[in-house]
Amino acid sequence: MEVEDLLREHAPQVLAALVRRYGGFDTCEDAVQEALLAAAVQWPTDGVPANPKGWLTTVASRRWTELWRNGAARRRREETAALLTPGDPEQVPAVDDTLSLLLMCCHPSLTRVSQVALTLRAVGGLTTAEIARAFLVPEATIGQRISRAKQRIRASGAGFRLPSPSERDERVAAVMDVLYLIFNEGYTASSGAALNRVELTAEAIRLTRQLRSRLPDDGEVAGLLALMLLTDARRPARTGPDGALTPLADQDRSRWDTQAIADGVTLITETLASAPLGPYQLQAAIAAVHDEAPRAQDTDWPQILGLYDLLHSLAPGPMVTLNRIVAFAMVRGPRTGLEHLAAAEADPALAGHHRVHAVRAHLLDLAGNHEAARTHYELAARHTLSIPEQRYLNARAAQLGPSAS
Amino acid sequence: MKYLILIYHNQKAREAWEGSSEAHRTEGLRAHAALVEDLAGSGELVVSGALSDPSQARRVLVGEGRTTISDGPFAEVKEYLAGFYLVECESADRAVEHAARIPEAAFGLVEVRPVLVDTGPDM
Repeated sequence: MEVEDLLREHAPQVLAALVRRYGGFDTCEDAVQEALLAAAVQWPTDGVPANPKGWLTTVASRRWTELWRNGAARRRREETAALLTPGDPEQVPAVDDTLSLLLMCCHPSLTRVSQVALTLRAVGGLTTAEIARAFLVPEATIGQRISRAKQRIRASGAGFRLPSPSERDERVAAVMDVLYLIFNEGYTASSGAALNRVELTAEAIRLTRQLRSRLPDDGEVAGLLALMLLTDARRPARTGPDGALTPLADQDRSRWDTQAIADGVTLITETLASAPLGPYQLQAAIAAVHDEAPRAQDTDWPQILGLYDLLHSLAPGPMVTLNRIVAFAMVRGPRTGLEHLAAAEADPALAGHHRVHAVRAHLLDLAGNHEAARTHYELAARHTLSIPEQRYLNARAAQLGPSAS
Repeated sequence: MKYLILIYHNQKAREAWEGSSEAHRTEGLRAHAALVEDLAGSGELVVSGALSDPSQARRVLVGEGRTTISDGPFAEVKEYLAGFYLVECESADRAVEHAARIPEAAFGLVEVRPVLVDTGPDM
C-alpha cells in the first residue's frame, strides 16, 4: 500500500482513538493532522513503521499534549470537558468510529462547504493544502472553513457518539449528500484540469464504501455507492478531445469501465430487491439501464421512464422533471415531449433555466426543426455555468448551420 | 460556486468620492475592510484587490510577431474596473448579499458574475 493510502486509511481511526482518550474533537483533529504531515515527510525516506496506526497514534498523542499545554487549547478543553465524556477506547466497538466521525463532520450546524472540507480532512485524511488544490481556492480559505467548522461543533456541544435513532436517518442523509457533492465536484470533464489535484471522485467512492461497511443494511447508502460506480464508469468516454462533453448517446461505449459497471449493477440489483426504495437507488437504477445498453439505440427507454416516474413521485425536483421529459420524449416522440416541456416551464424553478433551453433544443433537433434547435442550443450555451457543457452546446449549435444573427 | 464581484468607477462616482467629507470616505474604507474581514472569517474569500488608476494601465497588442504596449490614459473609457472580490458562496443570493455591502453599490457600479466551473452534467 502506498504511504498516502495508508495514511488515509488510518486517519479516521487514529482521530477516533484520540477523541475517545482526550475528548475535544478540534484539538485532537489538529494533532492528527500534524501527525499525518509528519508521516508524509518521514515514511517515504525512513520506511513505513511496522505498526503504522500505533506510530500515528503515538505521534498524534504527543502533539496533542503539546497543544494542550498551550493555554488556548487548555481553555478550550475546559470548555468542552463538560460536554464530552471520553470513553475507554477498548470498550467501544471501533466499527462505529468512522460513522461517528462522518456524522460529526456533517453536523447540521455547519455550512455545506464546511462539512465538505472537514469530512475530507478528518475522515479522508487529506491535508488542508490538498483540499485547497482540489477546490481551486487558497489554503487559508480551507483552513478558515475547517477551524470555523470546529468552533461550531464545539459551540453546538455535539459529542463523539452516534445520534439517537430518530435523528440518525436525517444525519446519515446529510453525510450522503456531502459525499455525493464531493463526487460531483471531482467529476470534471477534462483530466488536464485535474492534474495535481486529489481525485475527488475516487475519494468520494472510498468514503462511501466506508460508510457502507458501517451501514450495510442501508439501501440508500448502497444506492449512492452504486450510483457513483455506474456514473464514474463512463468517465473515460464522456469528454471529447476538445474538452466538450460527449453526451451518452455519442459516447464510445467500449471505453466504459466494465468492471465498475458490473459491480454497480450487482449492488443496485441486490439492493432494490431487499431495501425500501429511495432516490439514490432510483438514480443508480437509471444509470444501470444506460450502462447496460451495448449501443445508444438499445437503451430501454420505457424502463427509464418508469424509474423517472417513481423518482418524480418519491423525490420531485426540477431536474427530475426535465430528465423525465427527455425519457418521455424517447418513448413517445419529441413533439409530445415538447408539449410536456412547455407545461413544465410554468414551474418558476425551471423558467429560463439553461437546461430547459438545452432539452428544448435537443427535442426540436429530433423533431427535425434544426433552425429552432440551433437558436435554443445557443441560448442554453449562453446561460450555462459549466465550461464543458458550454462547449458541447456551442458545438451542437454549430453543427446545425451558421447562426442567423 | 465562485462569484466575481466587480466594482466599477466612473467620473461621477469619482467626483462624489473626492467631494465627500473625510468622515464619509473613512466610512467607505471601513466598509471594505469589514467586508474583507467577514469574508475571510467565513471562509468565503478567495482573493480581493483594489486596482490602480486606469492611467497606470497598459494595453498589450501582439501581432505580426511583435508585442506593442500602449500606456493609458485611455480617454474613451467612461467606466473602468476599480476593484474585485473573488468569493466562493453557497448561492448567488449570498454573493449578492456581500456585494450590497460595497459602498460603490450606492452608484450602481457593482456587478456579480458567476465563474464557470469545469464540471458538467451527464447528458
